[in-house]
Amino acid sequence: MTDVALWSTAAVAGPLLGAILTLVRGRLFTQLGLAVAAASSLLAGLGLTRIVALEGPGRHLLGGWGAPLGIELLADGLAVIMLLTTAGVGSAVSLYATAYFGDVDDPGMDVAPGGRAARFFTPVWLLLWTSLNGVFLSGDLFNLYVNLEILGLSAAAVVTLAVTAKATLAGMRYLLVSLVGSMLFLLGVALLYTAYGTLSLEGLAAAGPTGVVPAVALGAMTVGLAAKTALFPLHAWLPPAHSAAPAPGSALLSALVVKASFYIIVRLWLHVYGVGLVGAGEGALLFLGALGAGAVVWGSLLALRQLSLKRLIAYSTVAQIGYLFIMFPLLPEVAGGVAQEGEMGWRVDAWGGGIYHAVSHAFAKAAMFLAAGTMTYAVADDSLPSISGIAHRLPMSFLAFGLGGLSLAGLPPSGGFVAKWLMLSAALATDRWLWAGIIALGGLLTIAYVLLVMRYALEVRETPTAFRSVPRRMEWTAMALALTAVALGFRAVEILDLLDVGGAAPW
Amino acid sequence: MSTDLIYLVTGAGVSMLGFRGFVTRAHLFWKILGINLMGSGIFLILIAAPPRLPGGEADPVPQAMVLTGIVVALSATALALGVALRVAVRTGRPYLEEEAGDPVDHPTAASEIRREME
Amino acid sequence: MIPILDWALLPLLVVLSSFVPGIWIMFLREDQHGLRTGLNMAGAIAKFVLVILMLQGVAMGLSYEWRIEVLPGIAFSLVGDGLALLFVTLSASLWLVTTVYAVGYLEGSPHRTRFFSFFSLCVTATTGLAMAGDLFTFVIFYEALTWATYPLIVHRGSPEAIRAGRLYLIYTLTAGTVLVVGAVALFAEAGTLDFVPGGALDPEAVAGAPVRYLVIFFLLLGGLAVKAALVPLHGWLPTAMVAPAPVSALLHAVAVVKAGAFGVVRLLHSIFGIELATEMGVAIVVAMGAGFTIIYGSVRALNQDDLKRRLAFSTVSQLSYVALGVALLLPASHIGGLVHLVHQGIMKITLFFCAGVLSEVLGVKRVSDMGGVGRRLPLTMGAFSIAALGMVGLPPMAGFISKWYLGIGGLGSDLPWVVPVLLASSLLNAAYFLPIVRTAWFDDRNSEWKDSGRGAFLEADWRLVLPAVTTALLALGCGLLAGSEWSPLGWTLLLVERGHL
Repeated sequence: MTDVALWSTAAVAGPLLGAILTLVRGRLFTQLGLAVAAASSLLAGLGLTRIVALEGPGRHLLGGWGAPLGIELLADGLAVIMLLTTAGVGSAVSLYATAYFGDVDDPGMDVAPGGRAARFFTPVWLLLWTSLNGVFLSGDLFNLYVNLEILGLSAAAVVTLAVTAKATLAGMRYLLVSLVGSMLFLLGVALLYTAYGTLSLEGLAAAGPTGVVPAVALGAMTVGLAAKTALFPLHAWLPPAHSAAPAPGSALLSALVVKASFYIIVRLWLHVYGVGLVGAGEGALLFLGALGAGAVVWGSLLALRQLSLKRLIAYSTVAQIGYLFIMFPLLPEVAGGVAQEGEMGWRVDAWGGGIYHAVSHAFAKAAMFLAAGTMTYAVADDSLPSISGIAHRLPMSFLAFGLGGLSLAGLPPSGGFVAKWLMLSAALATDRWLWAGIIALGGLLTIAYVLLVMRYALEVRETPTAFRSVPRRMEWTAMALALTAVALGFRAVEILDLLDVGGAAPW
Repeated sequence: MSTDLIYLVTGAGVSMLGFRGFVTRAHLFWKILGINLMGSGIFLILIAAPPRLPGGEADPVPQAMVLTGIVVALSATALALGVALRVAVRTGRPYLEEEAGDPVDHPTAASEIRREME
Repeated sequence: MIPILDWALLPLLVVLSSFVPGIWIMFLREDQHGLRTGLNMAGAIAKFVLVILMLQGVAMGLSYEWRIEVLPGIAFSLVGDGLALLFVTLSASLWLVTTVYAVGYLEGSPHRTRFFSFFSLCVTATTGLAMAGDLFTFVIFYEALTWATYPLIVHRGSPEAIRAGRLYLIYTLTAGTVLVVGAVALFAEAGTLDFVPGGALDPEAVAGAPVRYLVIFFLLLGGLAVKAALVPLHGWLPTAMVAPAPVSALLHAVAVVKAGAFGVVRLLHSIFGIELATEMGVAIVVAMGAGFTIIYGSVRALNQDDLKRRLAFSTVSQLSYVALGVALLLPASHIGGLVHLVHQGIMKITLFFCAGVLSEVLGVKRVSDMGGVGRRLPLTMGAFSIAALGMVGLPPMAGFISKWYLGIGGLGSDLPWVVPVLLASSLLNAAYFLPIVRTAWFDDRNSEWKDSGRGAFLEADWRLVLPAVTTALLALGCGLLAGSEWSPLGWTLLLVERGHL
């Protein structure tokens, strides 16, 4: 077995094994399962990173079956960065969850009596982790489809773990959207296979898909994936679902799950279809960007109008997803014009900025949801007025929330700032001033809704509300995530170098 | 008209029907059924992929994919029906209440399902 | 004499010396007074000592630099060079004094842990941006300063404090965003963000794309002008005076407005270069904006009855001396502008210290209520009078030195309105400062004093009075000993001599 094979198998098999372990009742097995999943994911992430950094993209054919029949695993810079992000966020959230669900006799407001959520969260989450790693390492379309479907099912299950009617409805809606999205993706897969007789991403890229059928396929897949990513205007399902889930679940959904479908969109657009999109397809890139801009503005404005803490953060996810899509129109080298002959590459700063944003948003948003979960856990209510004055009771969670918000708003020093800097630089270097304006405006709107929360949290209240003491572990895991988001702002060179392996350029 | 074309057209038609059902029907059971129908239509399209092997033999890849797809669809349907059932029990109605504002817990149903879960 | 320390790490240590206490304090309990004060003072003293060591090294001809690459071609760099030292020494010494003052001022009030934590972070950001070696680092600290200051402004939690805080954020965050866009545009166009004495841009490149560079200049200027309180972007400053007195002192003398003014200096000196800026015709725009602000601020200060508000408008006016000085082409005016950066800080912090003592000890907040306070608080009002006379520009106070050089520069410049503006402003300064001094010393007591009692051995708590006296003496010393090479003027002349300007 090669190293690539070993590590990529570990990345998928580890969490799966963990999930199976946690099915055995008892705290010990729950923790053992989490430990196995976290350790294998982290090690696999680091191992693959080392290989990718030293030797370039790694490939592995599972069971030795080549394309088109076999399952192909692929690890390049983008894949390992997403893998590492998942491992980092996932481990922190796992730790948080053991404390959050730990006290079964005195469960949080969104935890079922008898600890149903506590019992089922871990296996569902580990299955989710399996499919996340699977998506990031998949090198062929059908494998992507299967992992995407498992992802959708387990993500919806996370939402329905909370027993309220609200959560069940939100989970139902999420599940339906997710299933239809998968169907559209599958349709695209079928069309592409019919046209080219291969499922391998690299094989398709080599075939250079152009023409009507591939275009329809790309359209169907993009709509399906955009619905799963909650790209404006297909975002309506997200705020109820992400806010109704138990706090660790919300963090995972917002930080990681939406990124998985975004990741597939990036793979398809940049790597598989890349060549065909330079020039003629620029209008399509512009369209994606316009939707992203709509998301930034609309999501932020709605976030400002929320009265519930978790809903506000969920709307913020809608807005921040918009930034990921603003990356697309910034990719071509020349604004508005037709690219020169031989100029096939995408702008590195737009690419780096977009992915860097995905990574720092994952850490920042997870920190914010966890911190919010700690606050609502303490006051057993999720409305903004009920967290009044919480900054004085839970300073560390408040600070974690604030630092996460800092990164989200793109204020320095933070990963979000670096990401915005890169995207702005891509926009300004090619005279796309309008896009620069939207990026800047979105930052200001983000600050506005983060401050809205801050204002409530900092209030000085005469009558203290009922307050439940909070396990320390819940506080510092959120803090660790927030600090990671900030630390990403101090050193981006290595990560950008890693992203260059495999790179932004079409294969 | 070749067999493949029949498959293709039927598949597309069945998919459309399924999608229409998903969009227009409010009852959750119909929605889930619609999604299943969409899936079946897409499987038909996959089966219709032209044979890639010399000698006119059928291409095994789409068949393998369809088999996997059916398994996936089965589990997805199971989960969806389970959640739909819970929606029905908890809110008292098997619909997504789009415009009814924030849903309220259905008191008796909620306690019922809790007991069931214990 | 040899440099005592030549670590490249020194600038980083200067920044960390307040950052570490700031973070540490954040996690202290509210009742851990001793540890909190100890950390604060230790940080302040450590920073002061480190800065003095660095000052000595730079005087010997060293230059300190610490950098870490963040993005390809863009580094996070802290540099201890002449210009940086001018500002950083001011911040470090005034912070030391302000810390003593703040500990005394806030005794017994709630949320001191939060206050002192952000107090330290605020100074961290200030020293960081003072020593920023490039625009990227500058922007980072400039934005950090904004959010480190906000909790201080809203510290009291009263509705008007919250309102002032919101106004502050709206102004400064918008400005920050504009600054970031400008910085990115500059990098995209010129490919460098480094601060280089005399200007980092290639005049030919600028001539090749004049409109583009013009846009970039005004984006950067717009981002900086808000914190520098140039009219019409000054609206937040008078409102922000609802903050506790130590915060006002910090805001007006050490941190926020100084950051803006220093940014304008960097923009004209180290990015575009004053010659290029003059050639582009943008320097004159800055000069005119500054000239207008000088007059406007003074006029508005005239009819403010609230003491702190009057001082705030005075800041608006005085700060623009700096911008005016560096926007003129003559060396003398540059010297005047830079020296005023320091002198204004020392004098203005004294005034705010005294205003704080008045409101804290006597409950006197308005100029019209100040009758006779001089006899009750002679030391405080003595310090106030020295600083006020300095602001007016009477010799031998510090303010005289800066106005003298500015005047020489104005006479030599081909802008005929500079000297009249300076004269008019001095008259206006006298018109709004001297009545305060007269009321305080010569009028009879005309208001209720809450008089919380005399301190143990001074007219009030020594931690409130002595800082004011110290800075007043410092202001006097800067004027009397201006000829020494260790005075702000001496240092600035050294910079000119070395060709840093």
